[in-house]
Amino acid sequence: MNAQPVITDAMNKDFVLAVEGLTVSFDGFKAVNDLSFYVDENEIRVIIGPNGAGKTTVLDLICGRTKATAGSIKFKDRELTRMKEHEIVRAGIGRKFQNPSIYEDLTVFENLEISYPKGRSVAGALAFRRDAAVKERVQEIAETIFLADQLDQRAEYLSHGQKQWLEIGMLLIQDPELLMLDEPVAGMSVSERKKTAELLNTIIKNRSVIVIEHDMKFVEDIAHKVTVLHQGKILSEGPMAKVQADPKVIEVYLGH
Amino acid sequence: MTAPVKSGRTFFLRPQDMIGIVILAILLLVVLPLTLDNFRLQFVGKYLTYAFVALGLVLCWGYAGILSLGQGVFFGLGGYCMAMFLKLEASSVENTKIQTTPGIPDFMDWNQITALPWFWEPFRSFGFTTIAVVLVPAFFALLVGYALFKRRVGGVYFAIITQALAAIMTILIIGQQGYTGGINGITDLRTLHGWDIRTDSAKTVLYFVCVALLIGCILLAYYVKSSKLGRILVAMRDKEDRVRFSGYDVSSFKIFVFCLAASLSAIGGAMFTLQVGFMSPSFVGIVPSIEMVIYTAVGGRLSILGAIYGTLLVNWAKTSFSESFPELWLFGLGGMFIAVVLIFPNGIAGLYQVYVAPHLGPLFGGAKRKVTPPAATPPAAGSAAPAAAE
Repeated sequence: MNAQPVITDAMNKDFVLAVEGLTVSFDGFKAVNDLSFYVDENEIRVIIGPNGAGKTTVLDLICGRTKATAGSIKFKDRELTRMKEHEIVRAGIGRKFQNPSIYEDLTVFENLEISYPKGRSVAGALAFRRDAAVKERVQEIAETIFLADQLDQRAEYLSHGQKQWLEIGMLLIQDPELLMLDEPVAGMSVSERKKTAELLNTIIKNRSVIVIEHDMKFVEDIAHKVTVLHQGKILSEGPMAKVQADPKVIEVYLGH
Repeated sequence: MTAPVKSGRTFFLRPQDMIGIVILAILLLVVLPLTLDNFRLQFVGKYLTYAFVALGLVLCWGYAGILSLGQGVFFGLGGYCMAMFLKLEASSVENTKIQTTPGIPDFMDWNQITALPWFWEPFRSFGFTTIAVVLVPAFFALLVGYALFKRRVGGVYFAIITQALAAIMTILIIGQQGYTGGINGITDLRTLHGWDIRTDSAKTVLYFVCVALLIGCILLAYYVKSSKLGRILVAMRDKEDRVRFSGYDVSSFKIFVFCLAASLSAIGGAMFTLQVGFMSPSFVGIVPSIEMVIYTAVGGRLSILGAIYGTLLVNWAKTSFSESFPELWLFGLGGMFIAVVLIFPNGIAGLYQVYVAPHLGPLFGGAKRKVTPPAATPPAAGSAAPAAAE
């Protein structure tokens, strides 16, 4: 609350995302408690922390799925806490859910096409034409996510890993400036995990990314900065090496 | 990047859809009029008015997953709009000179009303009436949809609220006897611009008008289904949050499809009034609303044409069954619904898709090959997955 100088200081820099004093309480339980952090342009930020630390809740707050009790979330100087979910997406934030969230009754092509950022109003969707630009973009994304030969396949017949890739592809086609990934390699086989890491390394270029992940090897590979959450608060923040050496972190998390 | 991308359909009807529509059109426009006597044909005409409701339910319930148990309200609103126009024409000063206040509908006179209520006034115009038939229910659906979908009321809660609306609407119509004709409804409708709609020849003409409108609405439904909006509806049914977090305002799509279903139902209601010659609260309430859902379920809630056949079949069964065993019909209807839920969840269309369509494959072969360019054939084709029922 009394962090006024810090805030002005922070505002002088061009952060893509500035979270300040963010608090959300569910029936008095503060899942996220007076949280502040800043994400730079093209930064890859990994959020780690024990179960129930509030990691997923932070992503929910940023993308508007959960409404904040107090605090502010600024994305390129636009206040997100008062915006609707679809407006936040249109502003340039993409979110991948923890469990693969795709449309099983539609084909891979149709899944990607729905995420293509055009014709998002009712009238626009009725008039939407599947023109060459759309097809080309879908094809391009499908190749990136290793699904180019599955375009006419119904999504329900994909394997778990392929479904995760499809959802990543659906975010990619939106070309968001800030990409949020909730445990992108969870539940994957070793070979899928390797391929996913490779995929993530190509897609995180030229955008800011927030990743929640438990796989420390993976975190070390990609993170520019790590934020450790514990009971809704920041326990430690900084480069991986610094965080790993932090005794508080070792105490609650890494040590176990 | 010029690799062949399939799924590049440009026209909104697939060859098999077109064949299906032509077969239905031949059945309704040629076969039935030639084989049925006037009396039976009028029954089919009446059944077809419910098919409009079933069509709306396919879009709203089948595709978008929004189960409305109050479609009778919209059917009734459309029907009442038409009935108000016809009633005003039948209540000319000359026809009603024995009344205390000549020139107003008879039931108003019986209820000591001495002047035509303001909201009846515009229904003197046929142009206004036709627009009102489509827009009044759509506006009502907009209000309900806005209030509920913006607050993210969905699933079973939505179904219960629409059911309550059907009950409220019935009570309102019955209670406001002087304005609505009460429990008897609006009866004794005679002419449309001087054309007597009670004669056999008029009823035959109206039958063909009804079929033509139905086919027009079927084409509209196919257009919506094949547009990106149609795929968004299916996507919303599957993973509403994913659609929302892909930048869509989910509630506006739900409101749209609910309004569209309402307007379609209302066209059916208006055609009902014209063909049957009256409109009453018994077509508005909970029971008819649920019956309409059953027609759709039996025909196949995921199939536009299936729902039409379902409506015809269930109503035909109802009529023939009720003629011989009137008290058993409700058990028959209930049994049919249980059978659909337990044995063939995708209705007749689902059965067709699993047992008949594979054998017809060679017939459509030539046409199909044009749609699906060489490349890999998806192994999913024969496995009867739910949405494949179309």
